[in-house]
Amino acid sequence: MTNLQPARKAVVEAGDLRKNFGKTAAVAGISFSVLPGECFGILGPNGAGKTTTVRMIYGFSPPSAGTMRVFGLDIAREGRQIRSRIGVCQQENNLDPELSVRQNLEVFARYFGLPARVAGDKATKLLTFMSLDHRGDAKPMELSGGLMRRLMVARALINDPALLILDEPTTGLDPQSRHQVWSRLEELKHRGMTLLLTTHYMDEAARLCDRLIILDHGKILVQGTPAELIRRHVGLDVIEVAEPSSELLRFVQSSGLQHENLGHRLVIYSRERNSLYHEIGERYCREGCTLRTATLEDVFLKLTGRELRD
Amino acid sequence: MNLSGRFVRVWQRNLIVYRQTWKISFLPPLLEPLLYLAAFGVGLSGMVGNLQYRGEEISYVEYLAPSLIAINIMNSAFFENTYSSFVRMYYQKMFDGMMATPLTVEEIIAGEIAWGATKSVIGTAIMMVVISLFGLLRYPETLLILPVSVLAGLAFGSLGMFFTGIVRNIDLFNLPIFLFITPMFLFGGTFFPIDALPSWAQTVALAFPLTHLVNVVRDAGLGRIGPDFWWGLAYLSIFVVFFFPVSVRRMRQRLIK
Repeated sequence: MTNLQPARKAVVEAGDLRKNFGKTAAVAGISFSVLPGECFGILGPNGAGKTTTVRMIYGFSPPSAGTMRVFGLDIAREGRQIRSRIGVCQQENNLDPELSVRQNLEVFARYFGLPARVAGDKATKLLTFMSLDHRGDAKPMELSGGLMRRLMVARALINDPALLILDEPTTGLDPQSRHQVWSRLEELKHRGMTLLLTTHYMDEAARLCDRLIILDHGKILVQGTPAELIRRHVGLDVIEVAEPSSELLRFVQSSGLQHENLGHRLVIYSRERNSLYHEIGERYCREGCTLRTATLEDVFLKLTGRELRD
Repeated sequence: MNLSGRFVRVWQRNLIVYRQTWKISFLPPLLEPLLYLAAFGVGLSGMVGNLQYRGEEISYVEYLAPSLIAINIMNSAFFENTYSSFVRMYYQKMFDGMMATPLTVEEIIAGEIAWGATKSVIGTAIMMVVISLFGLLRYPETLLILPVSVLAGLAFGSLGMFFTGIVRNIDLFNLPIFLFITPMFLFGGTFFPIDALPSWAQTVALAFPLTHLVNVVRDAGLGRIGPDFWWGLAYLSIFVVFFFPVSVRRMRQRLIK
């Protein structure tokens, strides 16, 4: 973890952080730091410890061992100061169903101690920013999944946080809503806000995150920039072959290519552009053979395996 | 205990919601005393006749009227901080959202209990007006019932919040209601003086908070402030001082994992 020594004062700094629930270790000793102005991703399959990790930041779940400082403040003793400077978009929508969309923002602003008039102004601005201004009088239950999620993000921004924590912000959203949320998050990043994002969508992480860690079973498997991780663990390209012939399997094994045999499908990780694909295409398969750019998803599946988690 | 004045914001959230439906929320404390007074005053009173209270002969309806206020104080706060708070905590996940703000668990729970007490005060004020129309309350002593309803609302709200901190699911509230609320409602000196109970049952009745609240409210409502009034206030104060921190601790254990 020497490559991640913070040059600037870290916004979040976790050292050998652990969380046990009974005998199970949800987080089993992780260290990372989130730098000012970056978007930091925590990736991992379900149950990897992502949510537990972010919950420790805002005091919902005190660590069993290890240290965690946010803005240089201690999470155990200075929780209130920390929470006044962060925004949290939790995984589960917990909007106030008895208040209107606008009131949800105004009442939440009051929890932060903002005066009523400031709360009203903030609500107006955020409704516009998240394109919710036409639904201000609706109740959250009347909103679509995408609108509810946008309201959750808007609510998390009510105190102009220096750090925005997003726990799976786009799970269950349609492509339009996802892109809308992403473009808003990019805008916030441009304004200098620090983002901490958990997700199990690799395209989301690749698009938004400057740096990320992949967690599994409460431990960090790898960390780095998305491009770095792809280069290091997969290579440049991926060749996928449907119904591979036994000659091809022999060829792949004998030439020592990195690959995964999934039975009806063969995945070959390639470090050279094109030449290997052409060779395989001509000699071993006439159809069902595709070449694509390596993605973070390849890294993720290679490292965390393909078996189902829950 | 990490408790600042910011708990008012949680209280205020509940007030905002209440104001949206106040026309409906006003109805039960308005109609309930009318129904009870009709049933007991017209129906039962003739059979029971008058009774002796603190050396004075009063009608059964006069005896009953303060009990109705006391029962309403208990029910308003207890039901607010059991069923309603549980729904906000468990189904609406509202406390989870609040916990990501500068609010502490102590402030969230204090705001909820303060709201439960507020429901008691609102109900008391409405019932006082209705019952006074029948000339069953004596002034100015009756006005003391308003501050008493704050104290007793905090007591029964804290008790309710304690159960909210421990029940696994919402149906389990039936248990404390069956074991505590209903016996208090029937035997806490509400419909008949506890002197009519066997002595062991009198002792049990004196352990219950409603018995003391009924004494306090009846003394104020009948304009005869005696030692029972002060004993009752002391009991309720101690009850709050004990149960408020206990309920906060239970909720803390429940919310912070």
